[in-house]
Amino acid sequence: MVNYIWFGMIAIGVLVAAFNGHIEVVTKAALDGAQFAVQTSIDLVAIITFWLGIMKLAEEAGLVRSLAGLVQPLTNFLFPSVPREHPAMGAIIMNLSANILGLGNAATPMGLIAMQELQKLNPDPKTASDAMCTFLALNTSCITLIPTTIIGIRLIYGSANPTEIVGTTIFATAAGMTVAVIADRILRSIYMQRR
Amino acid sequence: MFGIVSDLSRWAIPVVLLMVPLIAIFRKVNVFETFVEGAEAGFETAIKTIPYLVAMLVAISVFRASGALDILVEAFSPVLNLVGVPAEVLPHAVMRPLSGGAALGIATDIVKTHGPDSFIGRLVSTMQGSSDTTFYVLTLYFGSVGISRYRYSVISGLAADFTTLVASVYVCHKVFS
Repeated sequence: MVNYIWFGMIAIGVLVAAFNGHIEVVTKAALDGAQFAVQTSIDLVAIITFWLGIMKLAEEAGLVRSLAGLVQPLTNFLFPSVPREHPAMGAIIMNLSANILGLGNAATPMGLIAMQELQKLNPDPKTASDAMCTFLALNTSCITLIPTTIIGIRLIYGSANPTEIVGTTIFATAAGMTVAVIADRILRSIYMQRR
Repeated sequence: MFGIVSDLSRWAIPVVLLMVPLIAIFRKVNVFETFVEGAEAGFETAIKTIPYLVAMLVAISVFRASGALDILVEAFSPVLNLVGVPAEVLPHAVMRPLSGGAALGIATDIVKTHGPDSFIGRLVSTMQGSSDTTFYVLTLYFGSVGISRYRYSVISGLAADFTTLVASVYVCHKVFS
């Protein structure tokens, strides 16, 4: 599916640019996109290195295992294919907690660590496993308690009550997360039958 | 309620930063060595995401700059209008899963134009706060471990995004109008 989306965006983009008579924007846009991508990855080096160090410490100290054990009933339901107290669980929990608290900088490295741990359990290293699909469904739809960026923007433009959207945000993310879990379950069983 | 949550956010990382080494030392772990050992993989992990991100962000960038995204917005307008999404926030709704920076730009512009405390301003704030850049996250996370077949992740991600959008519109109508 991602093949079609990727090809579609490029092909339609080039065609529309040609049709609108400004084909030259394509070259610039392609370079800008590539540059932004490399910049993002380079920016991630520092923060990922730091959190990988902390996570290794947490693992050696047995903290990841106890954290995973703590939320076991929930994770057993969501990730039946991941063994109990596997380090992936600890990283998943920490990623989701950071997301809930609006700590984007900490959430990304934790998420990448979780993916590495899940990859160790994956029988086909080129294809997403069930657990990875569930994790990403949760991650992209995760409940947010404090949307820090937009609160800042509301403040800048003189809102009388910048945080009044916290409640509506929690409601909307809770609805999204519920549907993500349900959609993931349904799609998983459909894809299992296909195999 | 907000005060507690805000404090929690501020304290979470410093507390983790103190507690993890403290418990590790208590359990006789060589904290410095162990930290370095874990951190060793940081560079490789981050650099591994480059080809995947370049592939995705180039496609998104071309799609957006060419004007194709604007056409997509117009094509989706009737559908979104049906579920009660005001026309002003449509570009944001379509842009959000593809480009975090662009969506934030649109949200900022709407807040500036209509005012943060107008209905449209509150709605777009809720939409911005409640959604994530789904395509970017999928590309980054799968890319970091070398996965190129995403199976049904895109569908479940977009289903959740659409639900969040509808829920934002619904709850803002209930709370703010």
